[in-house]
Amino acid sequence: MNFDYAFAWSIVPDLFQGLLVTLQVVILGFLLAVLLGLLLAIAQRSKNPLVQKLSAGYLSFFRHTPLMVQLYVLFFALPLAGLTLPAISTGVIGLGLYYAAYIAEAFRGAIEGVPAGQWEAARALDFDSATTWRRIVLPQALKPMLPVLGNYLIGMFKETPVLAVITIPELFQAAKQIAGMTYRYNEPYTVMALMFLAISVPTSLLFKYFERRSHV
Amino acid sequence: MSDLAHVMPGPSPQIILKQVVKNFGATRVIDHLDLSIPAGQKVALIGPSGSGKSTVLRLIKGLEAYQNGSIEVAGAPVPAKAGGWHWPGVKKPPVVHRVGMVFQQFNLFPHLTVQQNVTEAPLQVLKLSREEALERAHQYLGLVGLNHKADAYPAQLSGGQQQRVAIARALAMRPQVMLFDEVTSALDPELVGEVLAVIRAIAHEQQMTMLLVTHEMKFAQDIADRVLFMEAGRIVADGSPNQVLVDPDNERTRRFLNLVEQR
Ligand SMILES: Nc1ncnc2c1ncn2[C@@H]1O[C@H](COP(=O)(O)OP(=O)(O)OP(=O)(O)O)[C@@H](O)[C@H]1O
Ligand SMILES: [Mg+2]
Repeated sequence: MNFDYAFAWSIVPDLFQGLLVTLQVVILGFLLAVLLGLLLAIAQRSKNPLVQKLSAGYLSFFRHTPLMVQLYVLFFALPLAGLTLPAISTGVIGLGLYYAAYIAEAFRGAIEGVPAGQWEAARALDFDSATTWRRIVLPQALKPMLPVLGNYLIGMFKETPVLAVITIPELFQAAKQIAGMTYRYNEPYTVMALMFLAISVPTSLLFKYFERRSHV
Repeated sequence: MSDLAHVMPGPSPQIILKQVVKNFGATRVIDHLDLSIPAGQKVALIGPSGSGKSTVLRLIKGLEAYQNGSIEVAGAPVPAKAGGWHWPGVKKPPVVHRVGMVFQQFNLFPHLTVQQNVTEAPLQVLKLSREEALERAHQYLGLVGLNHKADAYPAQLSGGQQQRVAIARALAMRPQVMLFDEVTSALDPELVGEVLAVIRAIAHEQQMTMLLVTHEMKFAQDIADRVLFMEAGRIVADGSPNQVLVDPDNERTRRFLNLVEQR
């Protein structure tokens, strides 16, 4: 086995293109997952039983089917129903919907961790419920959530090779293509691994830093 | 008149409970309670554990639903159905910020500084400007002697200091009625004095109506115009501190006071 540095260097731009696609899908998917996860977690605490049931049903469905199957359904079944989305949007929506279920569960735990006295104090000061969520409960729930969110973000990033099944030219797919065309495996996969590391490790450190900085 | 005395006592009672019943499931916790408190009166509420003292305060603040009767505070009815859920955007009944409440466990917001704890409600609820809110924080933190801790976080304070911040936080809303629920019970004995001193000062300086649940009989005797003794969801003795605490004609009150003294 040998490693050709010049060749490795020459494929960096192509792999970088793949990385950009991966990052785009992950970042947008993550934002969608956090927002939707938060809404689902809040819905779980709703006094309206219908809202509660819908949210619980969502969590159950998305946590009990494989991500790959969900992506297939989104990509191949929706067009049959007349709804065609570009592969990348499908990837964002697929990752977002799937991870929202897990993030919602984590948010729910973090929200339940906020003592009842905090809700009471807010009510005693005549806060309305939106203000209570925004200013009192969520800021306190976010601190235990930070490492969890960091893990999910990195987890999402590491799971992006699955997006190849819906033809998204992400990083893993780019490496595989180069390997397939040149019959050289060491360089593309090594550079790919380094790119994954170059994103995951700083992301993980960043979330640790956020966590340390927040007061609670 | 000091600038703290922002509320003039009115002629009609400020707190009126009529035949109020509160059940938790099958348990009756408040049993056809009648109570009327004139503006400015300082009332101590005493009684054995589980008699419903906290529940009375929570009912007045509108934190609990009730099943029968009516409650009125400063001329406004307190609805029998507490809280409730609203569709976003649906207009809520106008909230009038008449009642402040201080809890046994302080319940300060741990992610906010002392100053932010006090300014938060004036900013978010009363929609005051930053300057006005900061001015209030300065005024009430000064009143409880904690302006030098404005930038500290609650976790950096002693229990007594935290409770004083909680009092400043409630006062910053300039309520007409203040409710204190065993505010010294969670404190180490050596920290009780500083909190009682603050409440005593407020009682003397402000024309605010005050209702305090307390186990500090000496303190109740000092600051209260009136003492209520509760048992099993009813008020069984109601009179001046002397009548209720010193020379109780009610046998049960006497027994309770003996018990408290022996602790
Ligand atoms: N959320 C609740 N659910 C069910 N029962 C409750 C609830 N809150 C209070 N109770 C019951 O209502 C009764 C009155 O409670 P409350 O807290 O008002 O008593 P208290 O006089 O304040 O007692 P303490 O001196 O121990 O604080 C008690 O029997 C209590 O167990
Ligand atoms: Mg109590």
